[in-house]
This record gives sequence, C-alpha cells and structure tokens, in this order.
Amino acid sequence: MSIDTKTAGRVAKLARIKVEEADLPALAQEFTNILGFIEQLNEVDVEGVEPMTSVTPQRLYRRDDTVTDGDQQAAVLANAPDAREGFFAVPMVVE
Amino acid sequence: MSDLMKLTLAGARDALRAGETTAVELTEASLAAVAASKPLNAFVHDTSEIARSQAKAADARIQAGDAPDMCGLPIGMKDLFCTKGVATQAASAILDGFKPEYESTVSQKLFDAGAVMVGKLNMDEFAMGSSNETSVYGNAVNPWKVDEHDLTPGGSSGGSAAAVAAETCLAATGTDTGGSIRQPAAFTGITGIKPTYGRCSRWGIVAFASSLDQAGPITKDVRDAAIMLEAMCGFDAKDSTSMNLPVPNFEAALTGDIRGKTIGIPKEYRVEGMPEALETLWSEGRQMLRDAGAIVKDISLPHTKYALPAYYVIAPAEASSNLARYDGVRFGHRAKLEAGDGITEMYEKTRAEGFGAEVQRRVMVGTYVLSAGFYDAYYNRARRVRALIKKDFDDVFATGVDAILTPSTPSAAFGLGEMADADPVQMYLFDVFTVTVNLAGLPGISVPAGLDSKGLPLGLQLIGRPWEEGDLLNTAFALENALGFNAKPNQWWR
Repeated sequence: MSIDTKTAGRVAKLARIKVEEADLPALAQEFTNILGFIEQLNEVDVEGVEPMTSVTPQRLYRRDDTVTDGDQQAAVLANAPDAREGFFAVPMVVE
Repeated sequence: MSDLMKLTLAGARDALRAGETTAVELTEASLAAVAASKPLNAFVHDTSEIARSQAKAADARIQAGDAPDMCGLPIGMKDLFCTKGVATQAASAILDGFKPEYESTVSQKLFDAGAVMVGKLNMDEFAMGSSNETSVYGNAVNPWKVDEHDLTPGGSSGGSAAAVAAETCLAATGTDTGGSIRQPAAFTGITGIKPTYGRCSRWGIVAFASSLDQAGPITKDVRDAAIMLEAMCGFDAKDSTSMNLPVPNFEAALTGDIRGKTIGIPKEYRVEGMPEALETLWSEGRQMLRDAGAIVKDISLPHTKYALPAYYVIAPAEASSNLARYDGVRFGHRAKLEAGDGITEMYEKTRAEGFGAEVQRRVMVGTYVLSAGFYDAYYNRARRVRALIKKDFDDVFATGVDAILTPSTPSAAFGLGEMADADPVQMYLFDVFTVTVNLAGLPGISVPAGLDSKGLPLGLQLIGRPWEEGDLLNTAFALENALGFNAKPNQWWR
C-alpha cells in the first residue's frame, strides 16, 4: 500500500508530533516502505488463531485495592518543566 | 591496576573473598579504565561518587562476612534503568535533565547484592536501533577494529557491550526487546542473555514495547551471566507481568554435562548471503554439542520469516502508546512556545524537538497500525502471527528439544555510518535471528564463537525452554568450553 502525504500528515497529527509540510513526502515514502515490508503478514493463514495477549499463560498479578503509598507531591513534581502551587502548569486548555 | 579489569565477575568475587583485593581497588581500576575509554563513548553519565561510596560499603560488608555474589563488583548501568537521583535519559533529548525520584527494581536488586555502579551507559534512543546510532549522546564505538574505520558495537545496548568488551567494567546491564542484548554481545565478542519474559521486573526501566522488553546481563562469559542474572531476577509486585517463581541458583547449574540433551537446528535460520565463516561456525557448534554427548537434530520453525514484520507492527504499536507520556508536562524537555500556542502545539513541538528521527518514525508507524480502520488489518493480524510463532517453538519443545542453536546475527559488526543511506527495513534485518525469541517470550543467550574472515567476532545463539535458564546456561557453558573463544580487541583507545 502506498501512503500519501495527506495520510502521513494525519498520522503525525494523531501522534502529536509536528512535521513540517516540506518533510511530509519523505515521511510518506518511509511509511510506504515499512508498511510494504509489513504486508508480508497477509501471506499467513491466521484463520481461527486468537491474537496473543500474553506470552505466559498467567493472569496479570493483582494486589488488594488499598493505599500503599502517598504524600509524594514534592517527588511527583520534582522533574516538572513547570510547576506552580503544587500542580503541573501547562498552557491554557480551555478558553 | 589494569590487570584487575581482566578479571571476570567470578574471579573478582573470589579474589575479594580471599582478601587478595578490595572493592575500593577494583572500583578505582574500573574508574580509571572508564576515564581512558572516552573514544568509545560508552559511558554517558558519571557516577564515580556513588561508585566510591558503594565500594566502601561493599568492603565493609565483605569484612563483616556478608558478601553476596555481586558484592564490590564494578558494573555499568544502561541509561534505560531509572537510578534514583542520577540522570536517566534513555539516550533521548526528551528526557533531558530527568533525575528519577525512584530506583528501578533491577538496579535496586543489584545494589542490594553489593554491586558498584561506575557509570551510566550509552544506548540507542529509547532502545530503538541495532547500531547505537540513534543516541542523543552520539554513537558508541566497538572496541574491535580491522582498519581505521570505527565499527558499531550493535544496539540497543551498544554502550553496555562496548564497556564490557573494552574491560572498563566487569559487566553491565542491558535490555532486549528484539535482540538488544544478544546482538551487541555478538558484535563485541562477549556473552549476553535475555531471560524468559517475566523473570526480571520491568519496573523502573523506561518502557519501549512492554510485551517484549526484558532486562538481562552483558558479561565476559557464561558463568558471569549466571551470577549476574540471578542477582537481577525475581518476583516484583510492582510489575504485573512479573512471574512469581523461585529463582534457582544458576551458577550451580553449570556442570558442563549435556549428555542426552536434544539440540534443535532450525532450517529456517539459514539465510541468503550469510557469511561463510558464520555458516562454518554454526556447523562447528553443532559438532561440538554432539561431541559433548548431545543429540543434534534438524527442526522446523515455519513462521520464522514473519517474525520481523510482526515485530515491526507490535513493537511500534506498544511504543506509540508507551511514549505518549512524553508530552512536556510532567518531566523532561518542554518546547519554547510562541504567543498563542496552546496545549496541542506544546505537545507537538515538544515531541518533534525531543524525539530523534527513528523514534518519531516508530511512534508514527505505531499510531498508524493502531488507528481506526487499520487496527484489525495490522495490529490484530500481527498478534495472531505472533501466536503462531510461539506455537512453532511450543511444538518443537513438545518433541523433546531442550535448546535450539542458531547464529546470533547475520554478520559481524558493520561500520558506523555505513547504513546511513539504507532503508530502515535493511537495518531491521540485523535482528532477524533474535526477534523470534522476544515474540515467544523465551530465554536466549549469545556466546562468542569465533572470528570472521576480517577478524571480527561472531556469536552463536542458544534458545531455551521458558523458565529453564539454568539448563540453557549449562548448555551455553558446554558450548563455550568447546569453542574456547578467547580473542580480545587491541586497546587502541587508550
């Protein structure tokens, strides 16, 4: 399958990665090559095969739903690019 | 001093216990070797202060008669492991300045066992690469050389492999999502094991593809791999995929006796263009295992051909989801914003500036294969193929096969920059022999086997049954003994 620049632009948007207009044709070509490689999977007969969810036949480990930790505000915010008054600060989200 | 760095983990452990050297001496020797290894660009964050205090504490423990196997041994830590208060960047600009407030379970276990961290190691950005050329710190360089050109140490654990092969530290941590421990170990003439998925906790290891990622050691030989793996393994309630199984004494499994074991040789691993030296080594390996008393038989893993395409759907899909957390809000880099930029611009600019080209490419491929309309055609189909790849192995093991012998990589190390103009898909082919093992969640080990026509190391891989790392290590030990590989790179960087 061939990926056009419009699709490449849409994927970049969905991935939240800014791609300049001029770079879209090259990106579309790379997608086309990679997806072309992936297309080989269509040769495989997967009729009746369940998609794998886990390589080990075990349920995910669960613990009791209790508080085991807390009061970590300073640690949580320690690496924030911008934090104010105990919160992460970001540009305005709603007008 | 440099002689101390020639020791294995086992040798250094025994010397420490016998009082022939001290952790402080070993650590100073390692730090000096690290400082002299700048041209290899293997170490990217200095932790010498931590190392010195850990060494002192280790000497006190040894004095007090409490000396776990790793006590006082200088190791390097891949930059993918979160280390409390120490820069952890996964070789990415987007994690610039990040210092975790927590310690990864694997690094904590190693520290509890007394290991000394002499530095953080170079790698491919977010472990995405097979040549260590996607790192924000620049390429790591292979200590092996045949002419003036620098060679890749492999990836993504390229810094780990270069550091151990160059004898700057006694061993290092690595992680393996599609071959990132075994491929660099093979390229640098040393040993690397990826344990069964679920053996090592992934908690605190920067995630790439969660259903495939597994940590393991990169060491000089099989005995060291057994010692260090044991220290890294074990159940962890903080990782929901961690397996609650006892950790056996892996070193005790190394008897070298493999009489009566059955070794499978998969016909699908014979690929076009494989160098003759590799073909020869592979058949020599078969003969050696036979001579050691094993039964060697031909087997078939029919879906092998589809492992790489399945991997390049599943790994990017999981990566696109895992890497969604890098948005400039909670940690790492945030782009400078123009007047009027809102939250979406902040995400888009931050991620465009912070992620390198390969990471962007994979995140976008992952976004595409998970997007509405393509989820079934790509992602679900790949997961079905993955189930068939695992079934291939299950079927073979059900016939009584104990381990599978293959080459580790399709060739020896290539030159840095040599693949720059190549299609990304060509680079992906370097994982062709290792990636099946991750898809099936199995343990796999690469041991150095010999040199190619140019004098560069080549590795052989053994694949084992799930949870039977002890048995796998023992087979690798027998193979290592028979191969007798002892070539070392010239120390041109000193």
